[in-house]
Amino acid sequence: MSVVAELVPTAQAGDAKPEFWRWEESCWADEAVDWRSAKTIAVGIDVGSVSSQCVVTADGKLYAYSSMRTGNNSPDSARNAFNGVHQKTGLTLNDVHFVVGTGYGRVNVPFSHKAITEIACHARGANYMGGNKVRTILDMGGQDCKAIHCDDKGKVTNFLMNDKCAAGTGRGMEVISDLMQIPIAELGSRSFDVDQEPEAVSSVCVVFAKSEALALLKGGYTKNKVIAAYCQAMAERVVSLLERIGVEEGFFITGGIAKNAGVVKRIEKILGIQAMRTEIDSQIAGALGAALFGHTLVQKQGPAQPVAVAG
Amino acid sequence: MIANYGYKDGSGEYYISIDTDKCIQCPVGRACLTACPKSMFETMTDDYDDEVVWIKPAFRRSLAYDCAGCKPASGRKALPCVSACTPGAVQHSW
Amino acid sequence: MITAGIDVGSRSVKVVLLEDANVDGAPQLQYVVRGKHLMFPGDLDADVAADKAFSDALSACGIGREQVASIFATGAGRKMVKFAKDSVTEMSAGAKGVSFFYPTARTIVDVGAEEGRGIKTDGTGRATDFAGNEKCAAGAGSFAEAMSRALQLSLKDFGEASLRSQKSIPMNAQCTVFAESEVVSLIHSSTPKEDIAKAVLDAVASRVCAMVRRVGIDNDVVLIGGMVHNAGFVQSLKAAMDVSEIKLPDMPEYVSALGCALLAAESAH
Repeated sequence: MSVVAELVPTAQAGDAKPEFWRWEESCWADEAVDWRSAKTIAVGIDVGSVSSQCVVTADGKLYAYSSMRTGNNSPDSARNAFNGVHQKTGLTLNDVHFVVGTGYGRVNVPFSHKAITEIACHARGANYMGGNKVRTILDMGGQDCKAIHCDDKGKVTNFLMNDKCAAGTGRGMEVISDLMQIPIAELGSRSFDVDQEPEAVSSVCVVFAKSEALALLKGGYTKNKVIAAYCQAMAERVVSLLERIGVEEGFFITGGIAKNAGVVKRIEKILGIQAMRTEIDSQIAGALGAALFGHTLVQKQGPAQPVAVAG
Repeated sequence: MIANYGYKDGSGEYYISIDTDKCIQCPVGRACLTACPKSMFETMTDDYDDEVVWIKPAFRRSLAYDCAGCKPASGRKALPCVSACTPGAVQHSW
Repeated sequence: MITAGIDVGSRSVKVVLLEDANVDGAPQLQYVVRGKHLMFPGDLDADVAADKAFSDALSACGIGREQVASIFATGAGRKMVKFAKDSVTEMSAGAKGVSFFYPTARTIVDVGAEEGRGIKTDGTGRATDFAGNEKCAAGAGSFAEAMSRALQLSLKDFGEASLRSQKSIPMNAQCTVFAESEVVSLIHSSTPKEDIAKAVLDAVASRVCAMVRRVGIDNDVVLIGGMVHNAGFVQSLKAAMDVSEIKLPDMPEYVSALGCALLAAESAH
């Protein structure tokens, strides 16, 4: 399945200062599928603290998705994410048989029928994306970091989430992108363009890691080397979280960080385990799992009425 | 499933784990709810529609401080929540 | 005899020069602060900065280096001060320094730029217990500072703004990095700056208080470190600790350095 996402231009007319941490918003739909001929349409909405996704499944298969920056409130972010899919496919809420909300804003998705935690949804989504051999999932979210064990059906058997600290989260990466004035998508490749792999900066606190990064820069490190030190710190932090519950083969990484080879490769090196690869955008795992839960609920109890929402 | 609630920061790792498989058919009438002097536990229905307990969200990011009153340094022998749960569903990582 | 205490903190270096004096008829030595100096190291390494701060302190009060009998160091960078005779922990230095001002002190709250700690002390100026939160920037001064920048207020105005607020908005975020985003969204939703300032200072105060509770809160409570100058923080801390009074020494940033100099003097005798 070719997944060529269309980049939604982030409206920045009049922005004087470039925002390096801003990643591209995107929408995609499977052109080969006509949703009108599907029996069951389910939608998953994942409202995170940093990004929001909407995923549509048609008869239990991934059909379309959108990934947008979360706005100032959850209901608007949820609507905005669904709207991305609507623009792409013409699908409206009246055509949908079940909507599941997940993520930190899950209870604030006004048109959802059920809320399910992002832990369960990530496991289910990873099981779809990586297959039934997936056993250990790492998700670095915008403001949290999760380690999850699941069975062959994508049911959670163990989980641990750290949402107290920025260390090991997407925000943590945005801090270095902003500090170095380098677009976040370039951090990974730059981290490998070094003469010698440096030692990590502080892996326990982003505030301290940031001061250390500045000191290294002043001390003569190139930007790339500082980025490498920072990526190594992130990798170490995340591995310590994973090792608390153990890492089994069938290791899958979800979330935006899966696109950062600088962190992923270093994690793989420390663990001595390769992460499973997927063609599907790693950021949609939560919303995808949510949609799949919705699909199963329709099989069990039939379609739900669209929730009446104003506007 | 094992649900771990807590965090790691610069000062250490603090997690309370709940083994929900042992928790579902609680044989001690949810004794943990009253055993904790700060009422940090409460019952809820999880994603798989089982009734189990969890740590209330308000406490999850300050366990090191909230649990300090029950830890050995303050003179108590065993943690009240761990002792109350005879099936052994509740564990502390520190 | 003149002794010196050098406190190499994560943000600034503090130096105190102390002289003992035999006051006629008094049973024990009295100490007098001959000079004090605060310096921001900028790009200098810790040992170079400490040396420069020490030299500057000496020249400011016309004392020669050779006149100083003993130098003790404390603070995060104390091991870097090679020219010091000995180094002591911030706990010992803080407890000793506070006893100089308030012999009745029993609980000391020390909030620096990057570290916060609670120190229990007896009447003799010794630290009997302590609890710290090193390595998490959230329970310390830099948190408040980062938020004041986000609000585009000077630290002083930030503290004063907080005093004008009547509300208590709880902050969700524990981490400085997340809290900045939270402050930004509070600003976007038109929350008055006063209320945001108070929310931030309440959050730091509650974290500091939780730390201090581990050693127990007994009167008299003394606050040391730069946050003493932040009236809003002092107010929030009083509320969090549920005490009617917190003693605030006159030279709050120098208390640990002073304690250091006292310990140097005692050890020399």
